[in-house]
Amino acid sequence: MTEDWVLYEVFIRARAGLEHKHVGSLHAADARMAIEHARDIYTRRQEGVSIWVVRSNDIHAADPAEAAALFDPAGDKIYRHPTFYSIPEEVKNI
Amino acid sequence: MYTQALDAQPGAAGADDAEQQARLARFQERIDRDEKIEPTDWMPEQYRHMLIRQIAQHAHSEIVGMLPEGNWITRAPSLRRKVVLIAKVQDEGGHGLYLYSAAETLGVTRAALIEQLLAGQARYSSIFNYPTLTWADIGAIGWLVDGAAIMNQIPLCRCSYGPYARAMVRICKEESFHQRQGYELMLTLARGSAAQRAMAQDAFARWWRPALMMFGPSDAHSVHTAQSMRWKIKRFSNDELRQKFIDATVPQAHFLGLSIPDPELRWDAASQHFQTGPIDWGEFEAVLRGDGPCNRERLAARREAHEAGAWVRAAAVAYAEKHPEHAPAASVG
Amino acid sequence: MNGACTAAEAHCEYVLRLADTSLVAGQRLAEWLGHGPTLEEDLALANIALDLFGQARLLLTLAGRIEGCARDEDALAFGRDAAEFRNVALAEQPNGDFAQTIVRQVMLDAWQLETYSSLVASADTELAAIAQKAVKECRYHWRYSSGWLVRLGDGTGESHRRASAALQALWRFTDELRVADELDARMAACGIGPEPAVVNARWQERLAGVLEAARLTVPAHQHYPWHGKRGVHTEALTHLLATLQYLPRLYPGVSW
Ligand SMILES: [Fe+2]
Ligand SMILES: [Fe+2]
Repeated sequence: MTEDWVLYEVFIRARAGLEHKHVGSLHAADARMAIEHARDIYTRRQEGVSIWVVRSNDIHAADPAEAAALFDPAGDKIYRHPTFYSIPEEVKNI
Repeated sequence: MYTQALDAQPGAAGADDAEQQARLARFQERIDRDEKIEPTDWMPEQYRHMLIRQIAQHAHSEIVGMLPEGNWITRAPSLRRKVVLIAKVQDEGGHGLYLYSAAETLGVTRAALIEQLLAGQARYSSIFNYPTLTWADIGAIGWLVDGAAIMNQIPLCRCSYGPYARAMVRICKEESFHQRQGYELMLTLARGSAAQRAMAQDAFARWWRPALMMFGPSDAHSVHTAQSMRWKIKRFSNDELRQKFIDATVPQAHFLGLSIPDPELRWDAASQHFQTGPIDWGEFEAVLRGDGPCNRERLAARREAHEAGAWVRAAAVAYAEKHPEHAPAASVG
Repeated sequence: MNGACTAAEAHCEYVLRLADTSLVAGQRLAEWLGHGPTLEEDLALANIALDLFGQARLLLTLAGRIEGCARDEDALAFGRDAAEFRNVALAEQPNGDFAQTIVRQVMLDAWQLETYSSLVASADTELAAIAQKAVKECRYHWRYSSGWLVRLGDGTGESHRRASAALQALWRFTDELRVADELDARMAACGIGPEPAVVNARWQERLAGVLEAARLTVPAHQHYPWHGKRGVHTEALTHLLATLQYLPRLYPGVSW
């Protein structure tokens, strides 16, 4: 059987000023082809003005088993949010 | 629907030990809270398997579904209709791609899934094993087949598995023109010459019942519906969706001046639904098994494309290996 | 083209050369949809076909206006027989294997790209506006087809053999891309068409570059005086049109 081409993840910038966002993946033999395929597959309706492609194997992800240790400790640091502080109504522009 | 065959197949065995039961319960709680399950999250093997099969069947359906309509691209009777049809069939190819991508997040490769399809071991929607014999079939497919597909796919946008749900959101956005172009095509024929009207009626008569079968066997005979619904892989039952489709489509057919090829069709005032005559589930089973009018041709066409493309795919790999430096960096910024 | 025809007739015929080339090439590429070597290639080839049909529709509409006989894009696409088509014969050649399609597209894309790049300055402002749009599309078509030609030519032994065979088989059809006739000269003289010598030189340069990168040799020029742009076609076009025009010919005078 024929092996797949390399799997690439595709990131598209929808408009100038926005960040690139993950939209899906595709198969390609090389990066140039991956960009062309991304253009033909993911921007047929003008969804983007810029494309990134990354080999899926080059993406390293946080282990979900460690999610509690990684993310829960930020939960009680409510003083990082502006709503933690009470300022009298009559004080403006703050 | 595109995954109708799932309902006709037996499920895998469940978990037994206590630890496993606790994990299952926690998993179910997440689903009940409408949390999305992502690729690296723990999931029951049966959930993974059901999803892979459902997504793969869905993907195969999109890909095989390119063939009956693709059959008329070179013969579209106006340049406007031609570009619409190309864009539509192209979209279906894109849908197949998005779905194979979603399946790959579950640990299968697209090559393996395609291999199963070509070996005749995978299933796809029964509807694409019917022939497209006239231009009106293109209208009937857009209106009825895409219409039925949309009805099934919109709830799947809220499926519990993140990558599948996201693929469905993209697909549903793109689908929105498919049904409209089909209905518009039928409308043009219905308002056209006597020959065109006859063409429209003939196509409708041939596609109506196969379209109803797209929703799969009735709930009473559907093995997987209950578990799929509990896991939110599926969100409505086959019969609910079929009824919804019938209620929406009958008035559309009347507007076109088409007669419904079902002498038993009637409006039931008590339930506020249209009631249809019985569906020939024998035919449905036969088509799923591979004995429909075009099963052989459809698979043969896919196999031929795959085999004829082998040297092309190999050439691209050989070139990339010889010239790793030629792959330009993505433009960052 | 004989000198006796009016300026409008010549102008119309020239636009039809461009229009029919896009139309016929689009029809060929659309045949791939559902049958390509990968799904990704299906989508890519369909995109190129859609661009080509888009160009054809604009150009046929323009030709119809210049002709002044109330023929719209569909009347021109579906109502003419092969001898009235003015596409270059290269465009009508069957897809063959993927190598043959890619070789055909490389030669055609380069020609369209150079032609439209010049036509943005056409004295016909409508044609110039169409060229402005087409040139962006053709640049991408060229990027796609030339990339593939290099992969095939410098890929495996088999892909090299196939690319090279396709090049040998199709090269004679480049004669009419390069040899200007009276109409080309007349259009250049009145500022509507590009300078044929310039387009030809740039076309050759482009082809030489990509063939070298693909490790393929440029074949010797083959004299082939049967030019599609003058209505002299290969048998392939008659079959292509029989399919393309089947419905409107069977049911004339209705709308679709
Ligand atoms: Fe679809
Ligand atoms: Fe669709």
